[in-house]
Amino acid sequence: MGVEIQSPQEQSSYTVEQLVALNPFNPEILPDLENYVNVTSQTYSLEVNLCLLRLYQFEPERMNTHIVARILVKALMAMPTPDFSLCLFLIPERVQMEEQFKSLIVLSHYLETGRLQQFWDEAAKNRHILEAVPGFEQAIQAYASHLLSLSYQKVPRSVLAEAVNMDGASLDKFIEQQVTNSGWIVEKEGGSIVLPQNEFNHPELKKNTGENVPLEHIARIFPILG
Amino acid sequence: MASSNEYEEGPGERESGYDPNMVPDSVKSFVSHMYRHIRDKNVYEIHQMCETSFQSISERLFKDTPWPSVEAIAPYVDNDHVFCLLYREMWFRHLYARLSPTLKQRIDSYDNYCSLFQVVLHGVVNMQLPNQWLWDMVDEFVYQFQSFCQFRAKLKNKTEEEIALLRQHDKAWNVYGVLNFLQALVEKSCIIQILEHDKDGLEFTETDGYDFSGGSNVLKVLGYFSMVGLLRVHCLLGDYHTALKWLQPIDITQPGVYTSVIGCHIATIYHYGFATLMLRRYVDAVREFNKILLYIFKTKQYHQKSPQYEQLLKKNEQMYALLALSLSLCPQTKLVDESVNSQLRDKYGEKMMRMLRSDDEAFGIYDELFSYACPKFITPSAPPTFEEPLVNYNQDAYRLQLKMFLYEVKQQQLLSGVRTFLKVYSSISLAKLANYMEVDEPTLRTILLTYKHKTHSVDSDGRIISNADIDFFINNDMIYVVESKPAKRYGDFFLRQIAKLEGVINDMDRVKLE
Repeated sequence: MGVEIQSPQEQSSYTVEQLVALNPFNPEILPDLENYVNVTSQTYSLEVNLCLLRLYQFEPERMNTHIVARILVKALMAMPTPDFSLCLFLIPERVQMEEQFKSLIVLSHYLETGRLQQFWDEAAKNRHILEAVPGFEQAIQAYASHLLSLSYQKVPRSVLAEAVNMDGASLDKFIEQQVTNSGWIVEKEGGSIVLPQNEFNHPELKKNTGENVPLEHIARIFPILG
Repeated sequence: MASSNEYEEGPGERESGYDPNMVPDSVKSFVSHMYRHIRDKNVYEIHQMCETSFQSISERLFKDTPWPSVEAIAPYVDNDHVFCLLYREMWFRHLYARLSPTLKQRIDSYDNYCSLFQVVLHGVVNMQLPNQWLWDMVDEFVYQFQSFCQFRAKLKNKTEEEIALLRQHDKAWNVYGVLNFLQALVEKSCIIQILEHDKDGLEFTETDGYDFSGGSNVLKVLGYFSMVGLLRVHCLLGDYHTALKWLQPIDITQPGVYTSVIGCHIATIYHYGFATLMLRRYVDAVREFNKILLYIFKTKQYHQKSPQYEQLLKKNEQMYALLALSLSLCPQTKLVDESVNSQLRDKYGEKMMRMLRSDDEAFGIYDELFSYACPKFITPSAPPTFEEPLVNYNQDAYRLQLKMFLYEVKQQQLLSGVRTFLKVYSSISLAKLANYMEVDEPTLRTILLTYKHKTHSVDSDGRIISNADIDFFINNDMIYVVESKPAKRYGDFFLRQIAKLEGVINDMDRVKLE
């Protein structure tokens, strides 16, 4: 009935992403998905994570909360996408009540409401959860920079420092990197950072997003025009 | 085929003296005509029989009893195996609509769907059936699955026999089974490849999925409708991202086979809109709700006699509620058509005003509208144990989704306050605005960042899109307000008028002057 269940040998020759795309409703792929999430060097895949959370939903006895926590940490790193809430939609309430998940939800709340300083304070108390995933700090700093570039043309140094949880020499280094890679400019007077121009902090740059008529629609009237 | 002891007599049946083996004349002629039409591939007649005759006979003779058993009618249709499966599908659909199915009947209905889908997937089905019926099959399949999950989760008043039966038949309406069947229909029909390949896709759409070269439309169209089925099931599970992924092959900006059946059209847009709302892409949701509500407004009179009319009206009301929610979370001025807007004001004008405030009452209204309009979420897993104490957990899934939704609303609470100020000023210092809003400056900075974050969503391609009708940027300590002007869309208008004018010219050419 339905899609054939492949033998383990056949499965290993597929990547995990392929498994999720071709055979998502198959309880036998659960161990492969768990391995994928656990390995540190893997790239992030929302599809794989959602598939795993769905399988946990279908068979709650097989849920591994350690892996779920890992998925949530990676989802935090994917901000500003709403991936964290997408995952929460699939996690039962009683699981969300556990300590580690409560902390992660609080952290997400701070990030969603721009409370970056509170975020870093809270994160410091939960290092054991967060350090399990490498690149966490950098990902959040990238999100913070993103938020600032949406909102500010010029941002005071102190506000930036708070947002990325850095100061002194390390902050200088961070700014230097952004100057080289992302077009930041440091004002000589006062030390404010001028963020690169984009359509969100420079409304005059906003492209006229209205008119994109697809070619297929025009093609339909070619016989009339011709 | 199951024996006739599957027809457990519920209280209603016993009283009206239901005899599963009694076949009135109208039923005899109904099944034999239907059988002949199916063999002749007379889609129009089959459609008439399903929509009109079946309903009128049900109304007259089977108002609160099931139709005659399949064994009783089989002799009139040459005992045709496939026809019997189709008849049973209609039989169970009637039962669910008019009566309350017993657990045994639910299980038997699942078995019937399995057999029917197996025949379609593996056999060579040489029929041409109306799209309405094929849609009804998929729609009913998902509905009965949802109904079963709700039923199974109400453990409190279950009898011992019911619990034993549930334990025994753990494969019936199993979530893996349901999803795998829908996926198998999509894959075996190759519908995704057909739609992606321009020429094939166009042909499929233009013929409404029907096969005019002597073949069968059943597998292809069932595969197509199964994509909508998968959209729906994933919404019921709370997986909105994957729900939309399954819908991707269908272009909802254009008419297609999904618009050939009004029930499918509405179900598609309702679930698309709901998933999009939960993904925080409010502008997309508003756009689609506006389109469908306008369409229903203009065309609902034509569906008054249809058996789907009540469902149509219910979904219409629910979508107005969802539109009210979307617009309260993401105010837009130019996206809603005038007729839709005036209906919206009538139904929810006052509530929308109250939702703009950030107090408990506003919260209560968000709760009320969401609860009214949301799908009936399910817990897909079987109960972990059937031991005492037996509790009802059928509301768990709904409570979780509601909680997450209200959590999002709470995070956006302060934003309407900011908007009111931004509307009034073209520029204002942070210190001054903080003073007006009675917060300190650092808090104001976080509120402004929240505003930016919540009004800039990430679309399906990963790009940032601004939804804000009022926007701003900050220069150190000064806020500068920007009002965005939505671009006028001329392209669609001109395309439509060009086609229309061509039509008028062609008509005029055909007029012969005497």
